[in-house]
Amino acid sequence: MAIGVLLKQVPDTTAKIGVSEGRVDETAVSKWSMSPYDEYALESALRLKEAGGEDVVAITCGPTRAAKMLTDAAAVGVDSLLHVLVDDLSALDSTQVQSILAAALGRADCDVVFCGKQAADTNAGSTGPGVALLLGASCVSHVSEVSPDGGGYLALRASTGGDERVQVSAPCIFAFDKGDEELRRPNVRGIMMAKKKAIETISPSDLGVSLDNSRVTVVSHTPPPEKPPGQKFEGAESVATVVGKLRDEANVI
Amino acid sequence: MDVTVIADSTADGLNPVTAQLVGAASSIGGTTTVLCPGGVGSSQASAISGVAKVISVEGDCFGTFEGGAWANALNSLATGELILAAASPRGRDIAASLAAIRKIPVIQDVTGLEAGMVVTRPIYSGKAIETSNVSTPCVITLRANAFDDAPEGGSADVGTVNQSADVGLAVKEALAKASERLDVTEADIIISGGRGMGDPSNFSHLNEVADIIGAAVGASRAAVDTWDEIPHSMQVGQTGKTVTPSLYIAVGISGAIQHLAGMKTSKYIVAINKDPDAPIFGVADYGIVATWEDALPVLKSELAKL
Repeated sequence: MAIGVLLKQVPDTTAKIGVSEGRVDETAVSKWSMSPYDEYALESALRLKEAGGEDVVAITCGPTRAAKMLTDAAAVGVDSLLHVLVDDLSALDSTQVQSILAAALGRADCDVVFCGKQAADTNAGSTGPGVALLLGASCVSHVSEVSPDGGGYLALRASTGGDERVQVSAPCIFAFDKGDEELRRPNVRGIMMAKKKAIETISPSDLGVSLDNSRVTVVSHTPPPEKPPGQKFEGAESVATVVGKLRDEANVI
Repeated sequence: MDVTVIADSTADGLNPVTAQLVGAASSIGGTTTVLCPGGVGSSQASAISGVAKVISVEGDCFGTFEGGAWANALNSLATGELILAAASPRGRDIAASLAAIRKIPVIQDVTGLEAGMVVTRPIYSGKAIETSNVSTPCVITLRANAFDDAPEGGSADVGTVNQSADVGLAVKEALAKASERLDVTEADIIISGGRGMGDPSNFSHLNEVADIIGAAVGASRAAVDTWDEIPHSMQVGQTGKTVTPSLYIAVGISGAIQHLAGMKTSKYIVAINKDPDAPIFGVADYGIVATWEDALPVLKSELAKL
């Protein structure tokens, strides 16, 4: 058995997103990074291994460029890397991606899985619960901390009434929110070792997943509507004017 | 079209977004059945105009939240061609799980919905908008405050169905909520502070303003990362919460791209910042160049006069 970590490479959150001919222009993205919530999931998986857990397998589904992110994951201590090569992820709907990831987790023999609560590009949040359903696993979402507890795990999660510590056993998936522990930085030795680390690259059909037509068709991407320029005032005394406008022009208070 | 709405609730009752789910369903000509997990809010739901039927779904599983278990319990009743839930943490979990069980597509965090199932949603935290066609049956979650509330005035029948499912996790300890304040994702007015507040104790001034107008208090990533006293649950932005309130007041927030991504679809934005060149003024409807120390006392007294 192994600890699985699902990672997605996304445009860095500091990157500008441009739209060209009705589609987000990926070639204009200045920097690609591991999705931020996935970083918290990865750090927690590494800590679980260090607390006596199994080896950590990082799995991604994406184009060739995503291999760099797997190498980055190896540099901080991931033991093995599995890349399901899909050139255009946006052509797949979330159920298709979930089928691929569930099959990849099965192949890597993972019974405990870490992922981000949502990716920083699609912002959906369907992967954790969807993959859990396919695997017959429990999904604990909005997790910020996981620790071993007897034969199972204790996870700290956000809930509607405050945080909760919940107990769960494998098979299970932890979908991470921002945790307390940032992803560790690689050291030089880690970076050198990671360069030599083999990435197992396979296709969805190698996993026995046949991709029927996506039931979601993207019609277009557009830039967000531009706001007309606002009004600007100098000095604290203008607050009264603004409050008046919020009441009379905007009708929001 | 038959629409199943999954009510969004806390222990205290329905969240306001539930009436927006019904409003969106009615706007595309849907015949709406509302499912109330654990029976919470069923009488409230029956009073929403446009609801044809309310089913109070009662079962042991609803005592502990697990999206997959709740979805399994709701599944046999979620028979609509369109299943609508809130894009809240719980709503998203239930929606993704239901879609996986029923092997149908799911689209999360939708801000525009047309019959024929054309949906629009922000991607890259609002840096672009995606329009898609989705085939039915499907599950769609809607962002709070992106759709108009269905009015009150309904009187739908309320039925009760006992239906549970196995829960794979157990709550060992419930920790006190960091704040009893309204959550930013549910609030119609938000006042947020950034690192320009100088010290986390100064957020008390934001709390005072919030109390006057019933607002939630948010924070920028810089504030959350700098001060332990400001919890991540308050963070608005790309790695925090995305919000669409009627009014967003940014105080001492410079306006990093990650923050703007989380709040710039607010209907009205007020920015208070001492730096006239701060990027936050680029998205503000009303910008006030002043220090928070000078501006907040005036804001408090002016709001108190209303």
